[in-house]
Amino acid sequence: MSEATAPPLRVFLVDDHAMFRTGVRAELAGQVPGGQGEDGAAAVGIEVVGEASTVADAIRQIVALTPDVVLLDVHLPEGGGRAVLEAVRAELGTGGPVRFLALSVSDAAEDVIGLIRAGARGYVTKSISATELAAAIRRVADGDAVFSPRLAGFVLDAFAARPDAPVADPELDQLTTREREVLRLLARGYAYKEIAKELYISIKTVETHVSNVLRKLQMSNRYELSRWAADRRLI
Amino acid sequence: MWLVRRTGCGWYAGPDAAGTPDRRSAIDTVVDDRRGGGWPGGSLGPRPPAEPARLQRRQDGRLAAGVAAGIAAHLAVPVVPVRVGFVVLLGFNGLGALLYAVFWAVLPVAPETRGAPRGRMVTLLPYAALAVGVLVFRGLAGGDQPATAALGWLFALIAVGAGIIWHQAGGGDQRRRAADPAAAGPPATPWLGAVLTETGRRAYLLRFVAGGVLIVVGTIGLAAVYAPVGGATVAAVVNGLLFALLALAGVGLVAAPVLWRIFGALREEREARIREQERAEFAAMVHDQVLHTLALIQRNVAAGSVAHRLARGQERTLRNWLYTSTGAPNERLAAALEQIAGEVEDAYGITVEVVVVGDAGTGEPVDALVAAAREALVNAARHAGVPTVSLYAEVEPELVSVFVRDRGVGFDPQAVDASRHGVRGSIIGRMERHGGRAEIVSAPGEGTEVRLSLPLTADRKDGSG
Repeated sequence: MSEATAPPLRVFLVDDHAMFRTGVRAELAGQVPGGQGEDGAAAVGIEVVGEASTVADAIRQIVALTPDVVLLDVHLPEGGGRAVLEAVRAELGTGGPVRFLALSVSDAAEDVIGLIRAGARGYVTKSISATELAAAIRRVADGDAVFSPRLAGFVLDAFAARPDAPVADPELDQLTTREREVLRLLARGYAYKEIAKELYISIKTVETHVSNVLRKLQMSNRYELSRWAADRRLI
Repeated sequence: MWLVRRTGCGWYAGPDAAGTPDRRSAIDTVVDDRRGGGWPGGSLGPRPPAEPARLQRRQDGRLAAGVAAGIAAHLAVPVVPVRVGFVVLLGFNGLGALLYAVFWAVLPVAPETRGAPRGRMVTLLPYAALAVGVLVFRGLAGGDQPATAALGWLFALIAVGAGIIWHQAGGGDQRRRAADPAAAGPPATPWLGAVLTETGRRAYLLRFVAGGVLIVVGTIGLAAVYAPVGGATVAAVVNGLLFALLALAGVGLVAAPVLWRIFGALREEREARIREQERAEFAAMVHDQVLHTLALIQRNVAAGSVAHRLARGQERTLRNWLYTSTGAPNERLAAALEQIAGEVEDAYGITVEVVVVGDAGTGEPVDALVAAAREALVNAARHAGVPTVSLYAEVEPELVSVFVRDRGVGFDPQAVDASRHGVRGSIIGRMERHGGRAEIVSAPGEGTEVRLSLPLTADRKDGSG
């Protein structure tokens, strides 16, 4: 984790509901720097550097501000969160400094999988508590992945071993036993710290497993994933 | 309301054999849909002008099919010389008509001009006069050998006939919007389309027959010119034609009811799809507005309060109605777990995060599992002292597992075992009676997890056990 003196994380909000933006901004402002991070180290502060309610405005401001993390609503008029994500990645490059965390009131699998496959580093529901949201933002800023229990469930479902499912690329199309265990615990409501304790591994190892799952989720061509992606016209 | 903003893939214009340019054609629209008319996705919107203009047909100001207008735009010349060129080429064995038909077949419609109204038909008159003039002049000048001339004209005839029939496949939509003032502004209502479907059928048939006649005449003419059957006379050709028509009529008589049914089925399918689209749009709108409001309420009131409980309950009801199609709670495990989670949420004002991977049918042992899970949820809601409880279930080929976990106060299982007969009987005992297992993991301050597992035998998986 970063030093307590590290500059605060710069966060940008994209949501077409003004009430929601206001609420998140106030909550994140309450997350003072120097508070306890999940692993006990002092956590960096979070500063909301801007917000947008439309796709075009969001793209313009994000490219100009290059925040560390963008909180991206899945459903936006004129193209949705995916349009923002793709435009910014086209502008700044796919390995650019800006990382995306998807937020949604929807639990629909195709929405979530669609945005993740377009490049978001994680997904949380909008009912998440302020503390958990702050933790998720820090995790995404560190380059790790954030899975809600529901997303972990989707992934387990999509990667379930089905005898009739052809496996084109075992490296990408299958989860390791360990990854499956980590996802199960995530779906059971365990925090990373608790998963580490349960499996006798370090938090860093848990993060690595989750990041690997995210990569598979983004790159695999498993039928279930392609179908979801096709439903959202990603291909 | 959004539903008719479809983009037609095809298009109609050109020699209108039925002479009813303003009547939309029913089957057009059906076929149009089936070819993936889909949503506009911006294709109706103006696009930045490409420079130079791509070679496309333009429907704005078209007289026949917009071919000449498109070529003129592509070459950046006025449209009149292009049209004159086509007319003059007519004199060369109908080359103009043949070329026109070929362009008509291969060029796409420029999207930004799609559905634009036709130019004034009066403008056609000078070109028609010019065409007659050219033909008369060619006739007087002697022209080519009669056989070659006939050949060109016959090919042109076939091409134009085929064009008329091919272009049936699209364009009903644009034509309706161009023709119907009410539909030109706001898109017409979906039921209106269904009504018009009935009246447009005759126009479709007329055009189909006209196109077919052109093709038949052209083909027979070609055969007569190039492969004269031994001793073929005009009478023989006419006789052959009559028999062919009789045979066609017979086939038509047999096929008509089938075709009628197919058209009916297509129409029903289309209406069902429209309803489905409407529902999806409605769901998206409701989802976005109402679910956001409910999520905001939950974020801003104390967990466990009446407002929180109501908002959560409303959200769950709405979400189930919008998305869930897992089956009836008395038939499928996933639906049963969602149901008990909802009951506990309502009764105790907590939030239950339900994640189910896979699904199984219900039956006696699975019902016991659900009941034990409910008991575990109730215990967590009453004793844990936290607003959120996780419920995770996974169905594997041989095993169903359910985990109920809270991050609450926890307890020492050894110390309180004796006083917790409720847990013993309703969770552990119940699971063991049905061949499953229950394990309670807890420690003071560390929360509680109830782990339930039930082996699935082959006959239980489908819910019959």
